[in-house]
Amino acid sequence: MDARVQPTFRLPAPVQALKNIVLFLLKSPTSTFGLFVLALLVLVAAFAPLIATHDPYAQDLANTLQAPGNGHLFGTDELGRDIFSRLVFGARITLTIIFLVSIVVGPIGLIIGTTAGYLGGKVDTVMMRITDIFLSFPSLILSLAFVAALGPSLNNAIIAIALTSWPPIARLARAEAMTFRKADYISAARLQGASSTRIIFKSIMPMCLPSVLIRLTLNMATVILTAAGLGFLGLGAQPPLPEWGAMIATGRKYMLDSWWLVTFPGISILSVSLAFNLLGDGLRDALDPKQMNRR
Amino acid sequence: MEKTILEVENLRIRYGGAPTDAVRGVSFTLGRERLGIVGESGSGKSTVGRALLRLLPGATITADRLRFAELDLPSLSEKEMLKVRGRRMSMILQDPKFSLNPIRRVGDQVAETYLRHFRCSKAEARDKALAMLEAVKIRDSKRVYDQYPHEISGGMGQRVMIAMMLLADPDLVIADEPTSALDVTVRLQVLNILDGLVRDRGIGLIMISHDLNLVRNFCDRVLIMYAGRIVETLAAADLDKAKHPYTRGLLAAQPRVGGGRAPLAVLDRRPEWLEEIA
Amino acid sequence: MSVSVECRDLAITFGTGPTAAKVLPGVTFSVQPGECFGLVGESGSGKSTVLRCVSMLTDIWTGDILIGGKPVRDMPLIKRCRMLQMVFQDPYGSLHPRQSVRTVLNEPLVIHKLGDREERMRKAITDVGLPISFLDRFPHQLSGGQRQRVAIARALILEPSLLLLDEPTSALDVSVQAEILNLLQRLREERGFTYIMVTHDLAVVDHMCDRFAVMLHGEITEVLPREAIPGNRATHPYARELIGASLEYEGAH
Repeated sequence: MDARVQPTFRLPAPVQALKNIVLFLLKSPTSTFGLFVLALLVLVAAFAPLIATHDPYAQDLANTLQAPGNGHLFGTDELGRDIFSRLVFGARITLTIIFLVSIVVGPIGLIIGTTAGYLGGKVDTVMMRITDIFLSFPSLILSLAFVAALGPSLNNAIIAIALTSWPPIARLARAEAMTFRKADYISAARLQGASSTRIIFKSIMPMCLPSVLIRLTLNMATVILTAAGLGFLGLGAQPPLPEWGAMIATGRKYMLDSWWLVTFPGISILSVSLAFNLLGDGLRDALDPKQMNRR
Repeated sequence: MEKTILEVENLRIRYGGAPTDAVRGVSFTLGRERLGIVGESGSGKSTVGRALLRLLPGATITADRLRFAELDLPSLSEKEMLKVRGRRMSMILQDPKFSLNPIRRVGDQVAETYLRHFRCSKAEARDKALAMLEAVKIRDSKRVYDQYPHEISGGMGQRVMIAMMLLADPDLVIADEPTSALDVTVRLQVLNILDGLVRDRGIGLIMISHDLNLVRNFCDRVLIMYAGRIVETLAAADLDKAKHPYTRGLLAAQPRVGGGRAPLAVLDRRPEWLEEIA
Repeated sequence: MSVSVECRDLAITFGTGPTAAKVLPGVTFSVQPGECFGLVGESGSGKSTVLRCVSMLTDIWTGDILIGGKPVRDMPLIKRCRMLQMVFQDPYGSLHPRQSVRTVLNEPLVIHKLGDREERMRKAITDVGLPISFLDRFPHQLSGGQRQRVAIARALILEPSLLLLDEPTSALDVSVQAEILNLLQRLREERGFTYIMVTHDLAVVDHMCDRFAVMLHGEITEVLPREAIPGNRATHPYARELIGASLEYEGAH
């Protein structure tokens, strides 16, 4: 008889959980919209070369400021470049910003917050004062400082945004960790000889993860707008990168007569920000521990 | 002469989105007596209590008959129910830590009952509340009136709850596990106070509990619920002579002082109990 | 291998001087090897605090706690974990909501670098009367009684000699309580554990314990054998009051 019991086929736990969450989100129209827009964003970014009608960097000085139509779905800009194609390739930049900021902000905030919240005492004080220092910088001002020091570029803008976005996550994780550390299962882990590191990583962090994820998605809207704002100020993505905010900045000059230069990038930013907000809202319900049995 | 104040016939309750009924065809009547409803978690006993007061948003409640005094409960609008709750029918909840509003003084919470249901001045309501606090044997009623829930003990909090729920002189009081959150030395005090008031005012009492000892000593009749149905009805004094195997199982499973060290009888849940009707 | 427990002048004081707050004024008691010792009292009496001190979950106490003759404070963490374990009151809070039963039982084995993990886990889960398939379940798929069994399995898997039980059945239905008490009884008979059980229910004390201490405001008023309950043979006024109230509550029969 086989000593090892073979379980029936089941998806690995995280995949199953993800599937359940997506199914739950699809039950509400607003979070479905959010999911849909974000899925669209990812697809557009992934298949940009196939979707774009023109080369986003190709200039056609004979055809500047053309209205939508005539082979150019969203018209052309002041250098004759196809706006639609630029939007499509700009989606890649937007995704890059979101991705890079998240993987910096999420882990840093989570680690600092849970450690401070679980250990308390001096560690907590020190970490929270560091957090306060970063929290007191408005992201735009810090970006200006960065840019002044290192020169304007998309990467510097991303670093600046990330550095100012992690404190709220840390605070949130800390508050949650302080609640969870009182639970009996943490006492049980201590009684079994688990080190603080082990407890923080294996027991506390998984419990803080839902709130942090929700907060991150809600933050994304702000991140995109900040990046767009920086692009608008000329501090972020530099020409000729088709970053949406930069497109609005340059299109501003021609806005009154050529509305299509700013409208389409603007709608894109609006849609993606809104989608993240709605998704974050839906995730809050989906990840609520009390809903675990309903999923 | 006992007048029937509550008639329940074939009560069925299903929570929104649940696959089965939580309460499956419960029928009983209540006069000016003390009725105990006993069951374990998931038996549906608390659901029955809350359904009587229509405190189950999102649940479907049907019954052949659900009559409280002269009122047909299902046909009442929410506005009409507001006049019933607290005034003619009220509920004492389990844990005063959670059932009293933490940011309001306890005396004000008691007085609110009176203010809601009777035309009177604030001063009159306060006097009534003070009188009621004395009736539940809170000696320093003026001082306790001004305290906040976190400043009073569990036993006192529960007496405040009783005061709040009996102030408007209701005909029916439902007590949902009124002493489960209290220490043993305090339980008897609180139960005696409730018992005294109920007898003096001729109030019908439904005591919902998981504790067989409690209903044995403080109720006249007992209903045993299992999986949404009543499996046995008997007089509290006859509890030891119960016939249904579930009731006998519950009685046998309880450790008793002087009961010896032999392993406790473990309940053998038979599937046919799910279908039987007592 | 049964161990004795000795507690001498266990006290917790916050602050110094005249305004010092004596949370636990001073507790002294001893438990024989293999005995089931009850700590009885009302809320705020300090009984759970005593357990937390013995287990070193709280370490701000003064006094001596000796387990098997050795001070618990001086014991290295690893040794302490294999000596004593605890079962908590709330079955819904004592298991990590996102860890499967397998993970719950595996953790202590990994921390203590014990081999034959699969075998040990299976033994632990069957010892508490649950089928092996339960290893792959999550807490929200278990009832209160099943969770408490898993908590007991977790406590047993490191093979301790002393089990600290903090109201292990007060959150359970009567029928489920009977099963858990029977399980705890059987395990003690088979393996000679020493139990210190905190409870407010004297019927449970009478059923399970050999001796018990009645606590009030952080002090032990009296230590009594279980035979003292039925006739209320306590001498301290508070102990008399507590036993009297419990007997009256159970009703005359």
